Amino acid sequence: MKIAIRKFYYGDIPEDKAGGAGETARSEDKAQWPLWEIFVRSKQGLDHKHVGSLHATDAAMAIENARDVYTRRQEGISIWAVESKYIHASNPDDAECFYEPAEDKIYRHPTFYELPDEVNHM
Amino acid sequence: MIAQMNSSLIDYILHLADNSLILAQRNSEWCGHGPVLEQDIAITNISLDLIGQSRNVYQYAAKLIGGDTDEDKLAYLRTEREFKNCLLVEQPNGDWGQTILRQFLFSQYQYLLYEKLSSGADEQLSAIAAKALKEVAYHLRWSSEWVIRLGDGTEESHDRMIKAVNELWPYTGELFMPAEFELKAGPDVSAFASAWLEKIKGVFGDAGLAVPEKVFMQSGGKTGTHTEHMGYILAEMQTLQRTYPGASW
Repeated sequence: MKIAIRKFYYGDIPEDKAGGAGETARSEDKAQWPLWEIFVRSKQGLDHKHVGSLHATDAAMAIENARDVYTRRQEGISIWAVESKYIHASNPDDAECFYEPAEDKIYRHPTFYELPDEVNHM
Repeated sequence: MIAQMNSSLIDYILHLADNSLILAQRNSEWCGHGPVLEQDIAITNISLDLIGQSRNVYQYAAKLIGGDTDEDKLAYLRTEREFKNCLLVEQPNGDWGQTILRQFLFSQYQYLLYEKLSSGADEQLSAIAAKALKEVAYHLRWSSEWVIRLGDGTEESHDRMIKAVNELWPYTGELFMPAEFELKAGPDVSAFASAWLEKIKGVFGDAGLAVPEKVFMQSGGKTGTHTEHMGYILAEMQTLQRTYPGASW
């Protein structure tokens, strides 16, 4: 039995790849280097933030390319690279049931508590 | 005697600056033409590093020369015979393999040289070298990986690397043949020829490439006798300043 895996991409991508087309994850085109997602930590103590993507043949090259493309203006002190095919994204069609139910649940914001004066930095 | 010492030092400093500037100019020819966007940025980053290095050194030279000389005049208004760069850095880009091999051969040399300079007696020069050394370490790492990637890649990339090695090897000997001004004002380059060769052999070994033997070594660049390519480089690099002297934007 052939199991079709629905592969959802994210971001600005062509219609036919936008998920829901029921296509199976295709093996990468050999002529194209794999795509990598790059995360950069701007300074010690902060999280790595997604800064963009790039092409590279392997992880070592991805990190070096990221160094050249995304940290040339002193943007970071640490780089993570993840091959894009390992990123799983939610389906935009699910937005209604995923995100809209949260809209009328403002009580989930911790704004209903009275803070004692002594508590700072909240 | 002091004046003579000074002129050797100036020549030596110009030699260092010219090496960086001409290689930067060559690498910058890739701008917008790199094999992939990311490597286009990588090679032009290296260009900018090298231009930065050459600026530091030209500024130092201009200070020693005095008068109204400045870094721009040294870069844009000297003639071919006055440039003291090694022949290696002026060689054409060829294909990507030849470009990254030229970078590798030079960066390895520059690394050893700047390591020496950074602990040298000339404070200005040692500070410049220490700063540049961090950049050079990256150039060396980047270009070494490319040599291995292409040398140990497909049949075609391997063949192209062999061609590139044969093309550039005759220009490597000059790096270690000291000119008069080097003997007077710089560290002894011939002393680290064997260290250089060991490093090159290490990377070539991983890349499946052989070091050519018994090759006639070209020289002359350090004393202003350049290959036929140099005139074209300067013509392009200097045209703006020569056509519109003092132009700025």
